[in-house]
Amino acid sequence: MSFRLSYRADPGNPWFSWQYLRDNSDTVITAVREHASLTARAVLIAALVALPLAVVAYWFRSLAGPILALTGVFYTIPSLALFAFIAPYLGIGAATVLSVVVLYALLVIVRNAIAGFNQVPPEVREAAEGMGYGRWRRLFRIELPLALPGVLTGLRLATVSTVALVTVGVVIGRGGLGQIIFAGFQNNFYKAQIMTGTLLCVLLALVLDLLLAGAGRLLTPWLRRGAG
Amino acid sequence: MNPVEAAVIWLNDPLNWTNPGGILDRLGEHLAMSAAAVALGCLVAWPIGLWLGHTGRGGGLVVLVANVTLAIPTLALLTILPLTFLGFGRPSVVVALAVFAVPPLLANAYTGVRQADPEARDAARGMGFSGWQLLRRVELPLAVPYLAAGFRTAAVQVVATAALASFVNGGGLGQIIRAGFGLNIAAGSGQILAGGLLVAGLAVLVELVLALVERVVTPRPLRARRRRAGRRAADAVAGG
Repeated sequence: MSFRLSYRADPGNPWFSWQYLRDNSDTVITAVREHASLTARAVLIAALVALPLAVVAYWFRSLAGPILALTGVFYTIPSLALFAFIAPYLGIGAATVLSVVVLYALLVIVRNAIAGFNQVPPEVREAAEGMGYGRWRRLFRIELPLALPGVLTGLRLATVSTVALVTVGVVIGRGGLGQIIFAGFQNNFYKAQIMTGTLLCVLLALVLDLLLAGAGRLLTPWLRRGAG
Repeated sequence: MNPVEAAVIWLNDPLNWTNPGGILDRLGEHLAMSAAAVALGCLVAWPIGLWLGHTGRGGGLVVLVANVTLAIPTLALLTILPLTFLGFGRPSVVVALAVFAVPPLLANAYTGVRQADPEARDAARGMGFSGWQLLRRVELPLAVPYLAAGFRTAAVQVVATAALASFVNGGGLGQIIRAGFGLNIAAGSGQILAGGLLVAGLAVLVELVLALVERVVTPRPLRARRRRAGRRAADAVAGG
């Protein structure tokens, strides 16, 4: 009797299915790997471009306005439109997805890094100047460490939004976990597949965010001492 | 033929504008679903945000909502919601878009009430205002610039996100881009680029119009003082 019940209680289209995960573990793992590697590369490239830009905006105050305005305009452009602008030139491959997500991550990191630099107290800067620190030494020994919370906030926001944004890559067939979600939708609306892709996406964002938060704690021990 | 020339040719074909499913149809769909989504977002987020700001509780909730929605892919909501009780069609797309309108609306409503001058609040209390009167006659008017800033951020985001409704055949200008990718990258590049220009142009236009509206509804004395704070509040939730 109980065997029958459990057998009949298995509906055709559940929201989650271990069976699906077991049968498709290869596909799922490949997608997770592609998604994570796209995200990591994007944030890394974006940070490498964004930090020098933020320093330039900080050193030359007259450039800060234009840089912020330009990033604001870019941020208004919808992601699908950006795919449409880039795909005709770079074709349908990982390079197109990467360029789009790098651009958005860049904007987030630049804005937060500039905010971080602007929070450096002027007294500290003057004290460093009085001690004979040059521009570069001051940047690396004083200002960069003090701006680190802002920079890290930018990195975390950029990472989380990049994980979500990569899924838009399905428009050119390179969406990482988005590919799984979209295929589930097209395969007779297979709920378990859609849900697996979604949960893994959110989980990936959470894990990367926690990793960065942990790295931030290690890099800024003085903040913890102050709080405790 | 290079993509830009092809896009110009595509945009100059009048039938591409007036055909069923042409640009004008898609523009109408795009604006209709965006407007519905923003309206739904306002209905949900503003009362909650104003009330949380008034009582001074729930700041953590506002941040949590912003962070969680940032991590949820639009594609996931667009594909999941039609399979729930909402069913296929316009309602599920509108709800999916409204979810992404909530964080900026909520955060700005909350911040708008919180930043109201404590002295104004005390004065109103001293005059015998009840909590409800205080919210309606002091805090709400002072929060208007923030509500406008949140509305602008949310509306621009929804108009941008609405392009993704095309993934589930939800209509809108994104449909033009998707159809272009459906051809193949060489034959469709003109249409893809043209669709991209239309989507981006609409987003920038909405941004500019709402920036103007925001300026008009902000009382003159509040304009200069508010700009910095509003930016910060908007930046705190930007990123999706």
